[in-house]
Amino acid sequence: FMHTRSCGKYDPPPAKYGGRHTVTLIPGDGIGPELLNHVKEVFRFCCVPVDFEVVHVNSAVETEDDINNAITAIRRNGVALKGNIETKHTMAPSVKSRNNLLRTSLDLYANVMHCQSLPGVQTRHKNIDIMIIRENTEGEYSNLEHENVSGVVESLKIITRTNSLRIAEYAFQLAREKGRKRVTAVHKANIMKLGDGLFLQCCREVASDYPDLTFDSMIVDNTTMQLVSKPQQFDVMVMPNLYGNVVSNVCAGLVGGPGLVPGANYGRDYAVFETATRNTGKSIAGKNIANPTAMLLASCMMLDHLKLYDYASMIRNAILSTMNETRLHTADLGGQGTTSEVVQSIMRVIQTTAS
Amino acid sequence: MMAGSAWRSMLSQVVARSRRTSLSSASFSRGIQTVTLIPGDGIGPEISTAVMQIFEAAKAPISWEERNVTAIKGPGGRWMIPPDAKESMDRSKIGLKGPLKTPIAAGHPSMNLLLRKTFDLYANVRPCISIEGYKTPYTDVNLVTIRENTEGEYSGIEHVIVEGVVQSIKLITEDASRRIAEYAFEYARNNQRASVTAVHKANIMRMSDGLFLRKCREVAEGYKDIKFTEMYLDTVCLNMVQDPTQFDVLVMPNLYGDILSDLCAGLIGGLGVTPSGNIGANGVAIFESVHGTAPDIAGLDLANPTALLLSAVMMLRHMGHHDYGNKIQTACFDTIRDKKVLTGDLGGNSKCSEFTAEICRRIQDLD
Repeated sequence: FMHTRSCGKYDPPPAKYGGRHTVTLIPGDGIGPELLNHVKEVFRFCCVPVDFEVVHVNSAVETEDDINNAITAIRRNGVALKGNIETKHTMAPSVKSRNNLLRTSLDLYANVMHCQSLPGVQTRHKNIDIMIIRENTEGEYSNLEHENVSGVVESLKIITRTNSLRIAEYAFQLAREKGRKRVTAVHKANIMKLGDGLFLQCCREVASDYPDLTFDSMIVDNTTMQLVSKPQQFDVMVMPNLYGNVVSNVCAGLVGGPGLVPGANYGRDYAVFETATRNTGKSIAGKNIANPTAMLLASCMMLDHLKLYDYASMIRNAILSTMNETRLHTADLGGQGTTSEVVQSIMRVIQTTAS
Repeated sequence: MMAGSAWRSMLSQVVARSRRTSLSSASFSRGIQTVTLIPGDGIGPEISTAVMQIFEAAKAPISWEERNVTAIKGPGGRWMIPPDAKESMDRSKIGLKGPLKTPIAAGHPSMNLLLRKTFDLYANVRPCISIEGYKTPYTDVNLVTIRENTEGEYSGIEHVIVEGVVQSIKLITEDASRRIAEYAFEYARNNQRASVTAVHKANIMRMSDGLFLRKCREVAEGYKDIKFTEMYLDTVCLNMVQDPTQFDVLVMPNLYGDILSDLCAGLIGGLGVTPSGNIGANGVAIFESVHGTAPDIAGLDLANPTALLLSAVMMLRHMGHHDYGNKIQTACFDTIRDKKVLTGDLGGNSKCSEFTAEICRRIQDLD
């Protein structure tokens, strides 16, 4: 058999304009706008050579013009940083999730999340270091639903050989690159024999090309049980879309919550960075209590992607050292700090380190 | 004389029964009630014996009718459970089941699936309560997951569209969604639970989970005394591992239920200590332990009967025998908290029979 190696690191768009990169910025809803403003603030402070092209997407309208503009902008710039766009239930089912449309149109097939226990954060489990690679375009998120008979809805979950091979290849490549030892495929092939069976088979095929890495598989319900009792046993995990949603949220919760973990969506030609758990945070919007860590770490991932490694390290180190100061912890970590206090502290650390 | 809360519970069950088909089958006679016992495979027989001994020590008004459910081929070539097992269940309406071996290359489908289809077991109920004395990183967990068990992602309908493209069909129907929502609210009311949360992914699966959610909302209108909330599956997972105390009763379609119920079982200590009940149409209810058959320790008197015992306690409560249920549960939890006589998986080195005897002794002391 043949499968193409269609993943791995590729060159980011060149910094054509005076050595400066242009990045699409989608503020989104809820806490997105305020967090992204803080990112802009920190970048300005550090003189990062990145200019943001802001594209607003209105989640209250039914037309897809806004999201299509955003997609065009990302095609133009190659890289984006985004907040989550709300999906309103009051609208008809034909109005699809804007975030999902973005991911599938740009074919951002790999969602990558790195969950690590942070030293300054109190959690029930310690020493967690899991990389989660989630198929990001098909599976249960295919948006193919119909109601043939009144009161009976069918929703189609699509698994293809091409995409399964692609994501497995990505996972193993990444694992090798980062010096990891074991890749675990998460599935439910005992029930969905054909669908998840195909996914598992593709993972096995790719695994045979990487004899230096151990490959095993685990059923998704057992996986969640293991994660809450002994999360240290996991190294790299690869899975289809929905299980990825569940597992990534469980892992984010284990290391301290949605405010801490950044996420990245990679395709062959584009990359979009956001918080890993993709929450809108409507209830805490505008109150200056949201945790800026996840979004700031996502912006560091973006800087790494643009090969601006020094800026990325500088900001990242400042974030991690601020994390150690418990009195600056925001509400989600059990503290009383405000978002602006955290951001100010990060900039102070950068200033003292730079001088 | 039954305790006040048991009487109230029985009364609400009478009212519920007169309004619609019975969702719970309380026993109105003070006499002995028959329960169909399915010991199962592996450690099944020994833990079933343990449960029977404990019930005898508690003088619970239960008489056991043992049956085997290994699938046989009926007329017309269809696989079915043995007719004497079906007859017993139809008569007694209540069953207690140990772990069943998953057949490989036996030709017939899993027995659990057969039981589910035969008795239309549409609701899988798992109360997850932290066991004092069996320490996990999570304390004070007290929630119930109610999972729709007949349709959803487990409809088993899959096709290969073209070579390399597979389609799995998730089925959500109005009737099944309404039925499970009604059961969830009835359960909440009968068990004095304050809120019901519908778990869904209607932002992505707009039509299917949208339908499920709509039905839950409609049913919630008829239960204004119970608080109804809705939450995305990923948000539930995120919050569950950070603070499980914020959840009460959760109702959801099949796949999410499968994942979440196992996640919650993990919070309290795993499948070896988690009870489970399956509610069917026509008043049938089968309570079971959800762990495996553990063939490596079968017959060695090392098994932990806690899961099956707690399922049997759940069964007693379902039948209205709250006092017996509480007595047995207290004895079991006290034994575990005391840490003197524990089976291997709980961190001790006692035998199953010693653990059972200790619980029996405590029950007799409680009298």
